[in-house]
Amino acid sequence: MYSFDMVRPSSVADAVSALGQDEAQALSGGQTLIPTLKQRLAMPSVLVSLSGIEEMKGVCREDNGDLTIGGGTTHATVAAEAAAHYPGLAKLAGGIGDPAVRNRGTIGGSLANNDPSACYPAAALGSGATIVTNNREIAADDYFQGMFTTALEEGEIITSVRFPVPEAAGYAKFEQPASRFALTAVFVAKYADGVRVAVTGASENGVFRWTEAEQALSSNFSPDAVAGLSVPADGMISDLHGTGAYRAHLVGVMTKRAVAAAS
Amino acid sequence: MPKDHGIGASPKRREDVRFLTGAGNYTDDINLHGQAYVYFLRSDMAHGKINKVDTEEASQMPGVVRIFTGADFEGVGGLPCGWQVTDKNGDPMKEPAHPVLAQGKVRHVGDPVAAVVAESLEEARTAAEAIELDIEELPAVVDMKAALTDGATKVHDDLSDNLCYDWQFGTDTETTDKAFAEAAHVTTLELVNNRLVANPMEPRVAVGDYSRANDESTLYTTSQNPHVIRLLMGAFVLGIPEHKLRVVAPDVGGGFGTKIFHYAEEAFCTFAARQINRPVKWTASRSEAFMSDAHGRDHVTKIELALDADNNFTAVRTDTYANMGAYLSTFSSSVPTWLHGTLMAGNYKTPAVQVNVKAVFTTTVPVDAYRGAGRPEATFQLERVIDKAARELGADPIALRRQNFITEFPYETPVAVAYDTGDYGATMDKMEELMDIPGFAARRAESEAKGMLRGLGVNCFIEACGIAPSNLVGQLGARAGLYDAATVRVNATGSISVMVGAHSHGQGHETAFPQVVAEMLGIDESMIDIVHGDTSKIPFGMGTYGSRSIAVCGSAMVRATEKIINKAKKIAAHLLEAAETDIELKDGQFSVAGTDKSVAWGDVTLAAYVPHNYPLEDIEPGLEETAFYDPSNFTYPAGAYACEVELDPETGEVTIEKFVSADDFGNVINPMIVEGQVHGGIAQGIGQALLENCAYDENGQLLSASYMDYAMPRADNLPHMANYTVDHSCQTPCTHNPLGVKGCGEAGAIGSPPTVVNAVIDALQSGGHKVEHIDMPVSPSRVWAAMNG
Ligand SMILES: Cc1cc2nc3c(=O)[nH]c(=O)nc-3n(C[C@H](O)[C@H](O)[C@H](O)COP(=O)(O)OP(=O)(O)OC[C@H]3O[C@@H](n4cnc5c(N)ncnc54)[C@H](O)[C@@H]3O)c2cc1C
Repeated sequence: MYSFDMVRPSSVADAVSALGQDEAQALSGGQTLIPTLKQRLAMPSVLVSLSGIEEMKGVCREDNGDLTIGGGTTHATVAAEAAAHYPGLAKLAGGIGDPAVRNRGTIGGSLANNDPSACYPAAALGSGATIVTNNREIAADDYFQGMFTTALEEGEIITSVRFPVPEAAGYAKFEQPASRFALTAVFVAKYADGVRVAVTGASENGVFRWTEAEQALSSNFSPDAVAGLSVPADGMISDLHGTGAYRAHLVGVMTKRAVAAAS
Repeated sequence: MPKDHGIGASPKRREDVRFLTGAGNYTDDINLHGQAYVYFLRSDMAHGKINKVDTEEASQMPGVVRIFTGADFEGVGGLPCGWQVTDKNGDPMKEPAHPVLAQGKVRHVGDPVAAVVAESLEEARTAAEAIELDIEELPAVVDMKAALTDGATKVHDDLSDNLCYDWQFGTDTETTDKAFAEAAHVTTLELVNNRLVANPMEPRVAVGDYSRANDESTLYTTSQNPHVIRLLMGAFVLGIPEHKLRVVAPDVGGGFGTKIFHYAEEAFCTFAARQINRPVKWTASRSEAFMSDAHGRDHVTKIELALDADNNFTAVRTDTYANMGAYLSTFSSSVPTWLHGTLMAGNYKTPAVQVNVKAVFTTTVPVDAYRGAGRPEATFQLERVIDKAARELGADPIALRRQNFITEFPYETPVAVAYDTGDYGATMDKMEELMDIPGFAARRAESEAKGMLRGLGVNCFIEACGIAPSNLVGQLGARAGLYDAATVRVNATGSISVMVGAHSHGQGHETAFPQVVAEMLGIDESMIDIVHGDTSKIPFGMGTYGSRSIAVCGSAMVRATEKIINKAKKIAAHLLEAAETDIELKDGQFSVAGTDKSVAWGDVTLAAYVPHNYPLEDIEPGLEETAFYDPSNFTYPAGAYACEVELDPETGEVTIEKFVSADDFGNVINPMIVEGQVHGGIAQGIGQALLENCAYDENGQLLSASYMDYAMPRADNLPHMANYTVDHSCQTPCTHNPLGVKGCGEAGAIGSPPTVVNAVIDALQSGGHKVEHIDMPVSPSRVWAAMNG
């Protein structure tokens, strides 16, 4: 890696001002950023570590029933502490990477990075979550803007993510055999006002909502409801691990399985 | 009662104490005073003409000691190939130059163009970014068949084309054609043996050192065979005589074949250390390993099997394209020929076997031996075509194999080798028993009730191990002898150091080898240590590959120990005032037959070094003996494997539910270690069958250049222990080596890939899918595509 300076502020305000410096970049769990630095694919002048900011950590149940997760909360913490409130989300967090990744990687880092094969974007979009930053709130529907692209501004920090808790939710992840990220994965969440279905790993535009399935599942929340539905292979990722047609097919299968697994 | 010491016992691996507690001494743990670091600037282009490598600005960068380019290696030798293959027209294979740093052209992604030596690795890397490269891109040569068409871009401009050799072997064409013409049935299959990256846990490392005071060079390197490296690098590349060159391969974290070869980075570090008079260190990153370690396999094959009306195999013919990559790695040329063609008879008494191999240069990383080397490629195609034939003929795949087994030994195959012993029926019986074949139907029904398909795959294999004998391999083109050597040094108090040519990089030699000597002398294993991996300490042995260590080096150790026993008996006879012929050695005691007179092992060894009362007029003092052992034949481990897979028809995902291997390794020294070797081999074989895929795009870019895309097998890809049995109870001891051993290192990797693919095809067929073949890795997407194709 190239040389850089490093600061470790203890408040969001200090982090925001540190990020105001030229070529400054936030560092959270480092599970994406450190490998990037080691490959010399990024050249920040200063890394602003978010790991010392206590106000960005933890899982908390709001009075209205929503679940708020600090942007600096690790996957392992979400897996453990969200289990009682939002089991579908906890299960997703517990299936990310391996224990080392889960003990370092954070929800804020994952959502900021918006890898097209990452798990959390499906949960955030599938839950209609709100991404809370140091200066605004962004609805998940507006937040994801294509692979590795989000509504975040330069230097903006995800401080927390607020999830409305559904009646039932499930995540079905078909793993890419090498990276074990999602080759195609689907998050479904059933709310009083309807079902949301978010697909990750499949599309060249990153995470997306499958509205046809949402409609079908809203009137009948059962695996059979999506049996006849399919997404077009156009615009699906084709690579070493699967063609667009295969991914499109998996969208249907994983949706069915996510519904079956919903709790 | 299982033995608790000596041959046949399973003491825990003594080397694991240091490996598991972080006390190993790997090459990267070696840091020499004043060492500099090298970073290799590697080509990101598959093929290009080097117009200019401008290092001027880079040389001024902080910390830079010196920058080397191809020009610095003019007049220095290139990396040699250790095996000359003769074309079917009698011509020698084409052998292009393989410079240490690229000269004139780059020929694969990863080809080193320049080497920056600096005070730190980061400074070297930063300086490398300032090197100005002017490389004119040329068309990549990726597809082997396209590479052989007229007018194809040439990888080496000084060669007439991209064909390294066109090799033919075994039964003559007329006889073979006649057998096919007269066949009642012919089964044909076209398949690919997928390219693999060995991926040992420890990447390659080299540290070159030079002492100007006595003009001596030392190379510390991650090698399976330090003497081979000393010979090749000293004699062919750098011109350093043996007595001025020491090669040390300390603890090595896995090799799998890929650390046999002599690599450019080793020669570079040794050379550069002499030039700058400082130690020079290189540690490969994992990314570098993907583009510079020799890859494995990569064959494209068409195989045909002829049968008569009674289902007897009458002929086998195979046509293979073997990828050599851009240059000839050390043993690359021998893999698709002598390590592959000679195994094409398999376990079967097929009278006609013809092997055709075209070796092809492409703009990809060189390809060489990887666990099994040639034998997995032979086994895969033969066992896949037999399975297909069984289905076409409606025959039981086990019965069809049994009917064609070789049953009388020794057996001369039509492909030059003579199997000394074996019992293929016995391993098949064992496999059937352990697999519970009669219970399969019920297990299939259970899977189907869950909406899954279930398949059973069986496979037989034979391999030639203990690669040797020298006079034979010499006739076949090997440029080295393939014996091995051991020195048994008995110390004054009776403890023993055994210096061996074999190299242990995970095999457990430090535990298993002493078991043999302990058994022979009747003393405790803890009195014996193995010394390996340092040319300044060990006799000239050829190292470890091809499952040869115990069969070849172990035999040398037995011979040397026999010499020790003979001499010790002379000393004992003197001490006991008896005739030498009356001396017996048992449980570490020398006694006079029929009397109660005896001396202990330690008394004899002490007398040898403190010869106050000693037959000095007859024998020299001291107790140290060396033996070189050159076997008279290969050894031929064989086995029968089976597995059951479950296949998810919705996703194409395959899981292995049950796996059984029944191997015949001859005698077994340490059953626990043998089982570990088979477990590891099967893991790699399952990796090849289901997961691993080294892929290039049409521009010669490596698509699977990291673990994000190259799928290694993990524990959860393998069946759970209860459904996973490795058996080696069928034992037909090798007839020609003193231990009756055959070698077990590669069996798992050879036997498992066809087993898995046969099972997948069986599962698909059971679900009504008329799929005859899927190329490895049999990934979910490929299975799904085959089902929906
Ligand atoms: C072996 C391995 C396996 C993995 N498997 C999976 C998987 O199966 N599924 C999956 O979803 N992910 C997987 N990941 C990715 C993992 O979840 C990462 O932790 C995550 O993508 C990034 O989070 P981080 O906290 O490590 O962020 P970092 O790497 O520290 O940062 C990533 C990016 O986000 C920015 N950033 C970090 N925090 C914030 C914030 N609060 N506000 C704004 N910007 C921020 C950084 O500047 C950087 O650009 C895997 C990673 C590894 C190494």
